[in-house]
Amino acid sequence: MSATSSPAISLKVEFGGGLELLFSNERSHTVTIPARAPSPAGADTDVHPPGGGGRPADIAFLIAWLRANLLQERAELFEENGTVRPGILVLVNDTDWELEGEGEYVLKDGDEIVFISTLHGG
Amino acid sequence: MPPRSCALCNKARAILKRPKTGQQICRECFFWVFETEVHNTITEAALFKPGDKVAIGASGGKDSTVLAYVMKTLNDRYNYGLELFLLSIDEGITGYRDDSLETVKRNQQQYDMPLKILSYDELYGWTMDAIVSQIGKKNNCTFCGVFRRQALDRGASALHVDHIVTGHNADDIAETVLMNIMRGDIARLGRCTLICTQGEDTIKRSKPFKYAYEKEIVMYAYFKKLDYFSTECIYSPDAYRGHARAFLKDLEAARPSAIIDIIHSGEAFEVTEVIKATQKVQQTCKRCGYMSSNYLCKACTLLEGLERGGASPSVVGLLVTTASELPFNGLSLQTNRMQGKLDAVLISADNMRTIPLFQTPSTLRPPMSTFKEQLSSSTQSQVIIDPIHLSTLA
Repeated sequence: MSATSSPAISLKVEFGGGLELLFSNERSHTVTIPARAPSPAGADTDVHPPGGGGRPADIAFLIAWLRANLLQERAELFEENGTVRPGILVLVNDTDWELEGEGEYVLKDGDEIVFISTLHGG
Repeated sequence: MPPRSCALCNKARAILKRPKTGQQICRECFFWVFETEVHNTITEAALFKPGDKVAIGASGGKDSTVLAYVMKTLNDRYNYGLELFLLSIDEGITGYRDDSLETVKRNQQQYDMPLKILSYDELYGWTMDAIVSQIGKKNNCTFCGVFRRQALDRGASALHVDHIVTGHNADDIAETVLMNIMRGDIARLGRCTLICTQGEDTIKRSKPFKYAYEKEIVMYAYFKKLDYFSTECIYSPDAYRGHARAFLKDLEAARPSAIIDIIHSGEAFEVTEVIKATQKVQQTCKRCGYMSSNYLCKACTLLEGLERGGASPSVVGLLVTTASELPFNGLSLQTNRMQGKLDAVLISADNMRTIPLFQTPSTLRPPMSTFKEQLSSSTQSQVIIDPIHLSTLA
């Protein structure tokens, strides 16, 4: 987790379509993550550059952070090659993340990020 | 990134990138184009006529929940004149289907549609829980798929409907095209892209979401805040479909049109007359009256295996198969041993639980053909099922 002195942002994260089963069976979570991510993307999330190095926290970082800190089981059903597994939809403040730059979207304090799996039976 | 406006109305802020077209569209335009495309699919294929009684195969999952909502919306908006029902099959899977059926019961209230639930237990005398405890988790999907298909038809018959619509979407159909290609199942490849299928005296089945992307179905449910259930079946690893699905999702990530392209490929294959000729003559099961291409339908064959206390269904299937593969005039050449086995299969049915006689809602059944006719008309037999019905009710 981030050192107490590091700047942090607070986000609302929701899981749906069965993904909540990987996250303690809770659909809605409020998380506080470091405001800056280690650079480059995909680096170890436990290493936080002191004093504002690295890059601003983006969704790619959030995905890695969630995998490392919130996910309880079967990580391969959530994350794959530094992004979400194909078939998982992501919304940023109720907008398709494909319109927001996907993993490169820079998170702001108070953002609401929704992950929905489409992979479960119909 | 600056917010961009909708490619359709040029006013509201875009909230979705359409996988089919790449267009960026707003919430209201999304609802409108999604519904209108389904309407166009329905009208172009002339799926319904006024007065039709239509059952929506409802599992409580995303696809069938959205289908029920959209069917109701379109029926009201365009005056289809349909009488709509919800039809659910309770496979008897504790912790899975019992929860999803609660969702369907809420849908019944929300959409104000009559609901019929038919259980494997009442129809076959076996729940999936009981089947799995007898045969294990391997191959249980075969039972579930065969039993569900027949249960849906029987439920439709009980409701006196002549048409079942299911929530199979473009992704499901593309997956099935891939699976049929990988298995070399040319006969099914020719059929699996059809929007509507109807046997001689079976109830029509169609797929109004044939061209609807899963992404848009899920987004529609999300933005409409529809109430659906999503948990993987606890017995389900249908590994082969899982691989096809993962592969398809990878393709879609690289090029979103891949899904519709694969459906188009499936449609473009021409099934030659030679292959059609080897497809089996449709007849009725001599035990329960359901459509069958063999002496016994697949459900009766599987049920017999269960009732025999764990006898592998393939053993029973093999006996029936072997007998039916012989040309009729070869029957007299069979060994006594084979005849004995056959008698055992046919006679012992009296002591077992069997499936009630199937009655179609509309058509008169032709007289049952004799066993001799059956023997001479069959050309092949295996317990295999339509792959698309392996997936949950959709």
